[in-house]
Amino acid sequence: MIRYILTRLARAILTILLVMTFAFVVLRLSGDPAQILLGPDAPQDAIDTFRARWGLDDPLWRQYLAYLGQILRGDFGTSMRDGSAAITLVLERVPATLALTVPALILKLGIGIPAGVYAALHRESLADRGVIMASIFGFTIPSFVLGLLLVLVFAITFDLLPAGGQDSWRHAVLPIVTMSIGGIGILARFSRSAMIEVLGQPYIRTAMAKGLPWRDVVWKHALPNAAVPIVTLVGFMVGSLIAGAIVVESIFSWPGVGRLIVVSVANRDLAVVQCLLLVIAATMVIANLLVDFAYGLLDPRLRSGRPAH
Amino acid sequence: MSFVSIRDLRVSFSGVQVLHGIDLEISKGEALGLVGESGCGKSVTWLAALGLLPGKATVSGSVMLEGTELIGTPRRRIEAVRGARIAMIFQDPSSSLNPVQRVGRQICESLALHRGLRGGVARAEAIRLLDLVGIPSAATRMNLYPHEFSGGQCQRIMIAMALAGEPDLLIADEPTTALDATIQAQILDLLGRLRRQTGMAMVFISHDLGAVSAVCDRAAVMYAGRIVEQGEIGPLFRTPRHPYTRGLFDALPDLDADRRRLVPIEGTVPDPKALPGGCAFAPRCTRASALCHSDRPGLKPQAGGGRLACFHPVPLPQRAEVYA
Ligand SMILES: Nc1ncnc2c1ncn2[C@@H]1O[C@H](COP(=O)(O)OP(=O)(O)OP(=O)(O)O)[C@@H](O)[C@H]1O
Ligand SMILES: [Mg+2]
Repeated sequence: MIRYILTRLARAILTILLVMTFAFVVLRLSGDPAQILLGPDAPQDAIDTFRARWGLDDPLWRQYLAYLGQILRGDFGTSMRDGSAAITLVLERVPATLALTVPALILKLGIGIPAGVYAALHRESLADRGVIMASIFGFTIPSFVLGLLLVLVFAITFDLLPAGGQDSWRHAVLPIVTMSIGGIGILARFSRSAMIEVLGQPYIRTAMAKGLPWRDVVWKHALPNAAVPIVTLVGFMVGSLIAGAIVVESIFSWPGVGRLIVVSVANRDLAVVQCLLLVIAATMVIANLLVDFAYGLLDPRLRSGRPAH
Repeated sequence: MSFVSIRDLRVSFSGVQVLHGIDLEISKGEALGLVGESGCGKSVTWLAALGLLPGKATVSGSVMLEGTELIGTPRRRIEAVRGARIAMIFQDPSSSLNPVQRVGRQICESLALHRGLRGGVARAEAIRLLDLVGIPSAATRMNLYPHEFSGGQCQRIMIAMALAGEPDLLIADEPTTALDATIQAQILDLLGRLRRQTGMAMVFISHDLGAVSAVCDRAAVMYAGRIVEQGEIGPLFRTPRHPYTRGLFDALPDLDADRRRLVPIEGTVPDPKALPGGCAFAPRCTRASALCHSDRPGLKPQAGGGRLACFHPVPLPQRAEVYA
């Protein structure tokens, strides 16, 4: 178990390091922040001062080492735009994003999994077909189309809910719904097939042959086994709690992390973008660690340190 | 009266009929062997009787358990039969146990269900059962998961779980097929011993005629969804009358008789979707006549006590030749 955790931890740190490096290089090779922030008409000496101030004239490797040194000291850099600490800018936005993504996650789990399991238990019934069709709709419709459609219907035509902004819970309804539909569809589809797979296993036949009532066969034998693959997908959804709202925040002008990403990338605000990517990568990696840990809890076969699936 | 009596049991999967009217009687305490090539319907017969087939299966006919009909009864009624009156163990022991539950818990679940035992009492009984089926240091090993046991041990655990409900009939569906030879012998020995100790009846499904003769009193031979011959082990094994039964013996390697050649049955089992018109075995049978290709022989009682479905049975030898 110790080795299991250590190898996974090492992998997690390596992943974060890779993301950091990649972001660092790509950002620096894809446009000059001085030009972009100061505008096309800025005088050359202003640009030179700016570049010197942010160390942009140093060779790439020296900038990179300086950056790593900073990170190790817990300094995530300052915004080139307004000089405040990048990490503060990012963390300020997190609650707004979580206010969308957490309820959306709850909806995905609370609707997607039961719908999929129900469909699997009533295979080929009307309900099953309904779930399949609804879930295909859910995960094929792009969220910007769905978002605009919902705005058109609920905000413009019927004027029931606001189309954008962040003033009350009513403003959160459409973004949350837009964001959860796809996840509900995917999770329903996935839970259905995981459950069907498990229901065909010999140990389910054994549980039935024992004389267990069907409810117990489902709750005590089928679901705990079906949970193993479902956890993978849920882990992925947890990992995108921070970064999963870019499109939706843009549609509904919701001032969350997603909006910050769009703005900072457009401005080449290097420190902020790097800080964002670091936070996002860390969330995903932590979610992944949680998944691995959950695997160990759910499936004793994986505790011996063998790779999950 | 028989303990279980199967009449004209028919099963089809999505319109393809795989059982064509099985008749079978099992008395209390007796051991019946069910033999036949892969796919002839041995498992389906008993899965159908216990209502364990998937929803796409259509089942008709009758399975009476001491006068109570099992086919078409409400789910709750059949659930009360499973495990308590009729228990079943399966071919692939390692995947027949729930991989994410400790084996002790899986046995205790049956004890709670059938005998109302809980807590320490259930644990003690589970340990006793595991001891009985030959799992050493049961008290500690009942906390392990199925993947921590070998196939043979998993089958022992399955047997312990089946015994937990103190059933009157145990269906052992090829319990040793997935195991290697020495383990097979141990499991057979265990099943024989348990049957003597508990007096339960047993249906022993197997490809292995030797195992059947060692464990059973009577045997039924199935071919393509029908029983073609049945009788007491002695006469059936000494003088098989159906050419198919005879073929099964001829295909056996024989350690005692020197230089007897293996004679495999020519051809393959017919596809259930396209069964021949007459006797299903006719295309592979060396004794078949035109009649066999057009008409199907019924399963008729024989003078010697068994039953046989054949127009041209293997003649009785003048001096009984010994096979088994
Ligand atoms: N769930 C199922 N769906 C469709 N067809 C099935 C199903 N189960 C069994 N069959 C078919 O029913 C027939 C009888 O199968 P069965 O499992 O009873 O054979 P068997 O005699 O037990 O063979 P084996 O010795 O391989 O276990 C086969 O043709 C098989 O393909
Ligand atoms: Mg079988």
